[in-house]
Amino acid sequence: MKPTNTQDPEYYHKVVDCQYACPAHTPVPEYIRLIAAEKFTEAYMVNWESNVFPGVLGRTCDRPCEPACRRVRVEEEPVAICRLKRVAADNKGDVKKHMPQGPFEPNGKRVALIGGGPASLTVARDLAPLGYEIHLFDEQVAGGGMMRSQIPSFRLPEEVLNEEVNFILDMGIHTQFLTYVSSLKDVMEKGYDAVFVGTGAPKGRDLPKLPGRKEGDKHIHIGIEWLANVAFEHTKAISKKVIVLGGGNTAMDCCRTSRRLGGNQVKVVVRSPFEEMKASPWEKEDALHEDIEIIDNHVPLSFEVENGKLIGMKFQKVKAVYDENGKRQLLPTPEPDVFIESDEVLIAIGQENSFPWIERDLGMEFDQWGMPLVDELTFQSTLPKVFFGGDAAFGPKNVITAVAHGHQAAVSIHLFCEGQDLRNRPSPYTNLVSQKMGIHEWSYDSSVAIDQRYIVPQASKKLTLKDRKKEVELGFDVATAYKETQRCLNCDVQTVFTEDRCIECDACMDVCPTSCITFTVNAEEPDLRQKLLVPAENPEQDLLVSKELKTGRVMVKDEDVCLHCGLCAERCPTSAWDMQKYFYSVTKAHQMQAPLPQIQK
Amino acid sequence: MSYLKPLFRHPKLPKNKLGYTLKEYEGSLSTLCAGCGHDSISAAIVQACFEMSVEPHKVAKISGIGCSSKTPTYFLGNSHGFNSVHGRMPSVATGASMANKDMVYFGVSGDGDSASIGMGQFVHVIRRNLNMVYIVMNNGCYGLTKGQDSATADQGSKSKAGSINPFQAIDLASLAIELGASFVAQSFSGDKQQLVPLIKAAMHHKGFAFLNVVSPCVTFNNNPGSTKSYDYVREHIEATSTLDFVPEMPEIKASYEEGKSTRIALHDGSLIQLNKLETDWDVEDRISAVNALQQARVKNEILTGLIYVNTEWKDLHETLNTYHKPLNRLDESELCPGEQNLQAINEGYR
Ligand SMILES: Cc1cc2nc3c(=O)[nH]c(=O)nc-3n(C[C@H](O)[C@H](O)[C@H](O)COP(=O)(O)OP(=O)(O)OC[C@H]3O[C@@H](n4cnc5c(N)ncnc54)[C@H](O)[C@@H]3O)c2cc1C
Ligand SMILES: Cc1ncc(C[n+]2csc(CCOP(=O)(O)OP(=O)(O)O)c2C)c(N)n1
Ligand code: SF4
Ligand code: SF4
Ligand code: SF4
Ligand SMILES: [Mg+2]
Repeated sequence: MKPTNTQDPEYYHKVVDCQYACPAHTPVPEYIRLIAAEKFTEAYMVNWESNVFPGVLGRTCDRPCEPACRRVRVEEEPVAICRLKRVAADNKGDVKKHMPQGPFEPNGKRVALIGGGPASLTVARDLAPLGYEIHLFDEQVAGGGMMRSQIPSFRLPEEVLNEEVNFILDMGIHTQFLTYVSSLKDVMEKGYDAVFVGTGAPKGRDLPKLPGRKEGDKHIHIGIEWLANVAFEHTKAISKKVIVLGGGNTAMDCCRTSRRLGGNQVKVVVRSPFEEMKASPWEKEDALHEDIEIIDNHVPLSFEVENGKLIGMKFQKVKAVYDENGKRQLLPTPEPDVFIESDEVLIAIGQENSFPWIERDLGMEFDQWGMPLVDELTFQSTLPKVFFGGDAAFGPKNVITAVAHGHQAAVSIHLFCEGQDLRNRPSPYTNLVSQKMGIHEWSYDSSVAIDQRYIVPQASKKLTLKDRKKEVELGFDVATAYKETQRCLNCDVQTVFTEDRCIECDACMDVCPTSCITFTVNAEEPDLRQKLLVPAENPEQDLLVSKELKTGRVMVKDEDVCLHCGLCAERCPTSAWDMQKYFYSVTKAHQMQAPLPQIQK
Repeated sequence: MSYLKPLFRHPKLPKNKLGYTLKEYEGSLSTLCAGCGHDSISAAIVQACFEMSVEPHKVAKISGIGCSSKTPTYFLGNSHGFNSVHGRMPSVATGASMANKDMVYFGVSGDGDSASIGMGQFVHVIRRNLNMVYIVMNNGCYGLTKGQDSATADQGSKSKAGSINPFQAIDLASLAIELGASFVAQSFSGDKQQLVPLIKAAMHHKGFAFLNVVSPCVTFNNNPGSTKSYDYVREHIEATSTLDFVPEMPEIKASYEEGKSTRIALHDGSLIQLNKLETDWDVEDRISAVNALQQARVKNEILTGLIYVNTEWKDLHETLNTYHKPLNRLDESELCPGEQNLQAINEGYR
């Protein structure tokens, strides 16, 4: 194998599994260490710089970082990355003074943002400090998009959302709420330098052809519409017996909200087996805990209506069969159809994009499903001035993905307005610094805690089911949070190898607790992977390969289960190994100074 | 500074016949200097014991004083250990072996511990052919007391402070052969591929197995001009053979060049498969082995590999015709001769 090019900013980035998996590439271990040091304001700012909504995400993020966490490869459970983020938000001090301070000197350019969800708000935050005049349009009464209309208050208190939305709007954004944009053409004619579309995926799927749908309409609701009506207090109650159709997170929010509005026999009915439901495991757990029945392997057949009143639904029982490629099919079982009684039904089987307000004669190209053609790198549509992001770009995802899109769209818009090539994107902000303090001392806590994941306490069901706005999760207290932080392996503290210093004494290889390091004769990657002390069988994880050493061998380190314990560097007599902290901040239009040295005490 | 090794291990760490991983054979985290050759030898011992699936409680580590003699703390943490007095490891090992013949004994010593203060004990334990593995971690200096020249430092070798050693070196391997050691090998801490099979073979050899392992002291004797530095040793090392240790009676599958490969059967039926790179001496012939060592010395070469082996000489237990059981397993019927026998014995002294 060729020697690894550690100059490539993505090499060490990939070693920080959580950060790499995070769509916005939040510097997770950096903020976890700050929480351990009780520097909550700083921890919050590291998050805010990167993911814009730490308080929201610390409660609601889909957390793609956690399954990626290195900890899963050496024990059972990942670090509670998401819930630690909330600790930073809950305990922060005055963060506003560390944010870019307006008024910003105008650069004479105007940008329109359509939709006020996390994607648009991120674009606003990144462009405002550069002097752009930003106009944000949303049909809702306030900013936040689905964070406001869909995510229920018992998961995300309104004050938390308001605070973080206002951090951005207070940067001098011109907002026009309660304004539905019904024509892109009109917007274009107003002479904006660029337009960003962050209108989400606002259309809930229906079951229009299911018998009884029309007759029962009064008692059948589309999940996301119903949740928005609850959020904006147009809907205040539901009947006792409720069926929720669907197995995703929307279904979980619908059933749990129903429990709070009067539903006491709430059943979620889903086609797939329980284990394969789209909802996150923790969402399912929370629903079960609130006495909601989840009935799997049932496909809806009809709405049953009697005397103009919905009385329930009929389902066919199925079982999942898999072909040799693992593709699933739901086949009917011989068992009789099932009737489930109910007074109201919520349909939560997915969302779609819909762009009725975009005229098709503007020159914007759409695909066969009515989705605009959007460049995956630049987020530009085929109409050069118009950019997309969030759920509007490639279909419904989640808040953190919308934020990640927002950052990249802002970079593109800035390049576009400056007349530069959108594909020639600035590099990420990186920094690699030795952590050595003394012969065997590091400025990070290198010991490896064996503690199992700590559980976040919840408020009593008696209280939370009575009040739709009462937050269920209480968050970690500071003491428990500290213990949880110690589980983090500091994957950003890299093992940096300098071959000309190595005397090949084997000390690192001998001491490494997880047998990561091997000195061996070089070979092509597949062979080399097999030749290591313990074969490197996880192809997702890279090998760090040195140049040839004096004895003709190379040093090969399998990054897979390195604990970043620093022992290799401690046992190295010549400092050929060093532990160096890698800071990586993804390219942004306005790059805040990172890692925020001005507030590090 | 880390005092504890993390408890996590590679989830795919191989298991041996006993179902143990390397972890069960490790000791606590070393406090020797970073890069000390001794740590590599410890790792080789761990590897050898793991691969041989020895039960850790059937091993005893006995040592004297020195950095080398500290190493038993850093390997085989689940085994027995005795850190004795400077140069007195052999007598403690002899006592232990006499009491319990069923254990594997690792004697761990340094060049100072063996070739200076302990020379008398070293000589006699060889003479008695005690069934043990005797490892000298040879760095040519007294590491623990800050690097004074030892008796194995080569004449002309330069110390870190710049002084030249005026004395001739004691060649421990030649001496051991001369004194009748039945297994003599040399190796280098930086060559585990050779060292691990040598340790395995030594463990299976019945009788005194001596391993002289050059083991650089990075802190006090790794300077230019030292003949025990990593660089010097790598330049002057002459690996004479590659060695496989075959624990059970084999069918040997690997084919080696005719005439260059020898198999030596040990007492317990295991085999040493020796693949010679140089054919100029016979490891089963004492005179030719000593010759080879002397010639290497003249050429400033460090001969490594199995130098000499004799599987016929009796070990101490055989010579003394001791009882077949360890003392701690004798029951009353074996310990008490009975009234009649006691009478007879007493009569004998009247
Ligand atoms: C029930 C439910 C629960 C969810 N829970 C989570 C969760 O826990 N965690 C998570 O990460 N994600 C969750 N999501 C997904 C998440 O809310 C979205 O992925 C995210 O909000 C998308 O952000 P966005 O900026 O693309 O658009 P949105 O948040 O959808 O915002 C779009 C905004 O545009 C406005 N708009 C649309 N068209 C127009 C127009 N023509 N004129 C003016 N305004 C317009 C809309 O009113 C809306 O305010 C959930 C989604 C649902 C439905
Ligand atoms: C009876 C006695 N005399 C002297 C000493 C001082 N002393 C401690 S270690 C040592 C030499 C150790 O050298 P070596 O055996 O080569 O071990 P190394 O540290 O080099 O591995 C000496 C002389 C002692 N501890 N006890
Ligand atoms: S151990 Fe810490 S740094 Fe490593 S992946 Fe998990 S959270 Fe991230
Ligand atoms: S930091 Fe070094 S010693 Fe620790 S696990 Fe990683 S490679 Fe091994
Ligand atoms: S002084 Fe020398 S022998 Fe002792 S631990 Fe340090 S390097 Fe090893
Ligand atoms: Mg010594």
